[in-house]
Amino acid sequence: MSAAGAGRKAPQLRSLMPWLVLAFLVWLVGYPLLVVAAEAFGIGSPGGGGPTTEAFQSFFTRADEWNAMWRTLWISVLSTLAAAAIGVPLGFLFERNEIPGRRLLGALVALPVALPPLVGVIAFLFLYGESGLAARGLQSLGLDVSWRLTGAWAILLVHAYSMYVYFYLFTRAGLSGQDGAAIEAAQSLGASRSQILFRVTLPRLRPALAGATLLTFMTSLGSFSAPYIFGGGFRVMTTQIVASKLNGELRMAYVETTMLALLAFASLLLLRKIDPGLDLASGARGTPPARRRLHTRGARVGAAAGGWILAGVLLLPHATLILMSLVPPNTWTVEAFPPVLGLVNYGDLLSSTERLRPALNSIWMAAAATLAAVVVGVMAARLSLRRGGLPGRALEAMMTLPWAIPGTVFALALAAAMSVNAPWVGRFVLVGTLWILPLAYLVRSLPLTGRSIFAGLRQLDPRLEEAAASLGAGALRTVVQIVLPLLRPAVIAGAGLAFITMLGDFVTSIVLYTYDTRPISIEIQSSLRIQETGIAAAYGVLLMVLSAAAFIAWDDRAGGRL
Amino acid sequence: MTRSGVSVRFDDVFKAFDDTVVLAGVSLTVEPGEIFALLGPSGSGKTTMLRLLAGFEQLDRGRLLIADEAVEHLPPARRGVGMLFQSYALFPHLSVAENVAFGLKVRGGAQGETEARVAEMLELVRLSGFEQRRIAELSGGQQQRVALARALAPRPRVLLLDEPLSNLDPALREETRADLRRTVKQTGITTVLVTHEQEEAFELGERIGLLNEGGLEQVGGPAELYRDPASRFVATFVGRCSVLAGVVKERHGGDELTVRIESQPEAPAWRCRSSDELAVNDRVDVCVRPESVSLETDEGSGLSGEIEAERFTGSNSFYTVRLSAGPTVEVAMPGTGAGLRGACVVRQLAGELPAAFAAAPESDP
Repeated sequence: MSAAGAGRKAPQLRSLMPWLVLAFLVWLVGYPLLVVAAEAFGIGSPGGGGPTTEAFQSFFTRADEWNAMWRTLWISVLSTLAAAAIGVPLGFLFERNEIPGRRLLGALVALPVALPPLVGVIAFLFLYGESGLAARGLQSLGLDVSWRLTGAWAILLVHAYSMYVYFYLFTRAGLSGQDGAAIEAAQSLGASRSQILFRVTLPRLRPALAGATLLTFMTSLGSFSAPYIFGGGFRVMTTQIVASKLNGELRMAYVETTMLALLAFASLLLLRKIDPGLDLASGARGTPPARRRLHTRGARVGAAAGGWILAGVLLLPHATLILMSLVPPNTWTVEAFPPVLGLVNYGDLLSSTERLRPALNSIWMAAAATLAAVVVGVMAARLSLRRGGLPGRALEAMMTLPWAIPGTVFALALAAAMSVNAPWVGRFVLVGTLWILPLAYLVRSLPLTGRSIFAGLRQLDPRLEEAAASLGAGALRTVVQIVLPLLRPAVIAGAGLAFITMLGDFVTSIVLYTYDTRPISIEIQSSLRIQETGIAAAYGVLLMVLSAAAFIAWDDRAGGRL
Repeated sequence: MTRSGVSVRFDDVFKAFDDTVVLAGVSLTVEPGEIFALLGPSGSGKTTMLRLLAGFEQLDRGRLLIADEAVEHLPPARRGVGMLFQSYALFPHLSVAENVAFGLKVRGGAQGETEARVAEMLELVRLSGFEQRRIAELSGGQQQRVALARALAPRPRVLLLDEPLSNLDPALREETRADLRRTVKQTGITTVLVTHEQEEAFELGERIGLLNEGGLEQVGGPAELYRDPASRFVATFVGRCSVLAGVVKERHGGDELTVRIESQPEAPAWRCRSSDELAVNDRVDVCVRPESVSLETDEGSGLSGEIEAERFTGSNSFYTVRLSAGPTVEVAMPGTGAGLRGACVVRQLAGELPAAFAAAPESDP
């Protein structure tokens, strides 16, 4: 073959690559959503007959369905408000005031962001549950108190606790990016402290608060662990979907899934319309204002004590989880505090292959999904940013889409699409196999790795790749020797987040797991169901430790980008 | 070290981005071993020509030949072209030696040969001893030299230089320019350089192609472009030039003609030259170089005017003269400023024939 002939094939393949990667992403991300919507209308389901709106009619006429929709909405609104009420003042407290131990306390307050939602939920259960540590403690003091941590308020409490971190981190980031000169200008013009807060600081914090609002609202909309554990009879859309599926009402589950996806899309569009400015780096950058120093000793001691108490309250559930993991089976009955503590549960967990299996499952499935998400992310980002055009924009949209869609929706969509053997329309039987859960984790990891890799690649000078090409390097060598080493911090940051998130995944796992692929979260749920609280807590601690270790290791390698 | 270069040919090359035509059928041949400068204003298409040659853009029509071999379908890696980027595009995670060795390792060179070539290249750019330095530890000029060594190391057939000095501060630029020319000439490689700075093109380029709006206005040596511009654009873009409106009074043999300056018809007519087809009474633009005219403060024949400003540059003084009822003319006077003021006359120097071009049709108000 002549050199020119060989050269002609390469451009043809190069121009096809974006379409091939796009086709894969559409199959993985977009297609299952279309299948679930089609099946909701009775299209494509085996033996399902012709298209029908029967299930939708049923959805719109059943009060429990409407209730679930309505509850999902108002729980999300209230969760966002509650998270803001805690996170924003905390953000101001740690960013604008010089209190003793500020750096350590500030990091501790942000810790819940690195922990899987299910761990937070069971930690709450062990601390504030009906027979939790708090109730027993109060009863031991002779107080005749009893409560049930269940229903809407329980969900709200857990949401506020686990989601305030978004507002806290966004507020701090927004404040640290503000120019102190604007405040000094307002002071020189005679503005009071409250005027400066409401007319200068808060308006300029709006993009950060809008970002936190969007993140919190969307997370709450797709929240599953808290409503599942604490909801009881109070159903939101995610738990309603899983209940319908478990009850064998598959068509109704698909309708609910479609409606939740539409609700998520509509919310996303509405929130972006209300405030499209999600860029934290808006406006002129300058030196942030100096932190307020506390002059009197009393004020400093008071602030430090307050800070530590606050951190203690916020970390108390996780401390309780650790405590519970040390309680041997059947040793704690009526006492206020566990009478016996030991490592029996950990011994059980580590000595039995069957007990260890969920941990190994979680690790390998999260690692495989993360690795695949990095590979797909790097390919999509390069093709999207270097080639541009319609396939470029579509690639980025496909990578981002899973972020806007609740995990339950994707789990159901994959369950619907991948339970039929019809290879000619891109459907394979993967449900019930080893592959479905890693595939679902991959879908959910894509926006996490994608966002980071896209951002990293946008900062990379495209001339570096051209330089490598002009020196004779092919595409693969350019990626391996030039792009990846320079993208390393971005890849590690995205991969770290994806790995931690998938390690503790509960929402997709509960729909798609098999006995052989059951992850830690499912084992925690099973242990709770058979009253093995110590084992459940030990699994929770294991998940917490693995997540924290991954977080610290990756944060270190990613240069503090996590 | 010296190698015989190869020819480079652009044959009716056409390139558009969406609806914007960037190159409209450009043809050009760069001779083997020549340093050729593509000069032109921003958006004239010079960088696109370079990127087409490197293979980073695909042409829409035409042919590209290196050593008479069509390369337009070859990927960048197979064109045998080395490129020095405007931003240098050095790999920040690799050391100086690793950067220079990159293209050699890609080709699977033996370790000993690679090391020897790296040492040879670093010696060529006078950076021996810098092998293990990180890129961030180098000055701008050193980075530029590493980028040059990296581009030359795999022995490319053609070297492309994209605004190679624009990232350097003015003091360093002059020294580096001479260094760059010496190094490139030493290798004997065919070189295509892109710049928007006339001084850089004149000093580095043996021939220059002046681009404007996607077409070549003129190709020639620096002196040819300066003294014998093919168009009003070339005359005004290359060097300093004042444009005076005139009317053809008389045609002589060859391309010489006499032009009456429109604003002062009673003044002596100017002898000019033009390659345009011009007839008596045609309107023309006369491009007057500052050094082709003289300035007298005594009464006499010439274009009368008033000195508006003086600019002293060290070796010359430049006077801006406002002609009576007319435009301004810039006049260069050798030596230190004489502090001339007031009324004056501007005369054409003997032997200097300014270029005249058919006047552009007057645009609608």
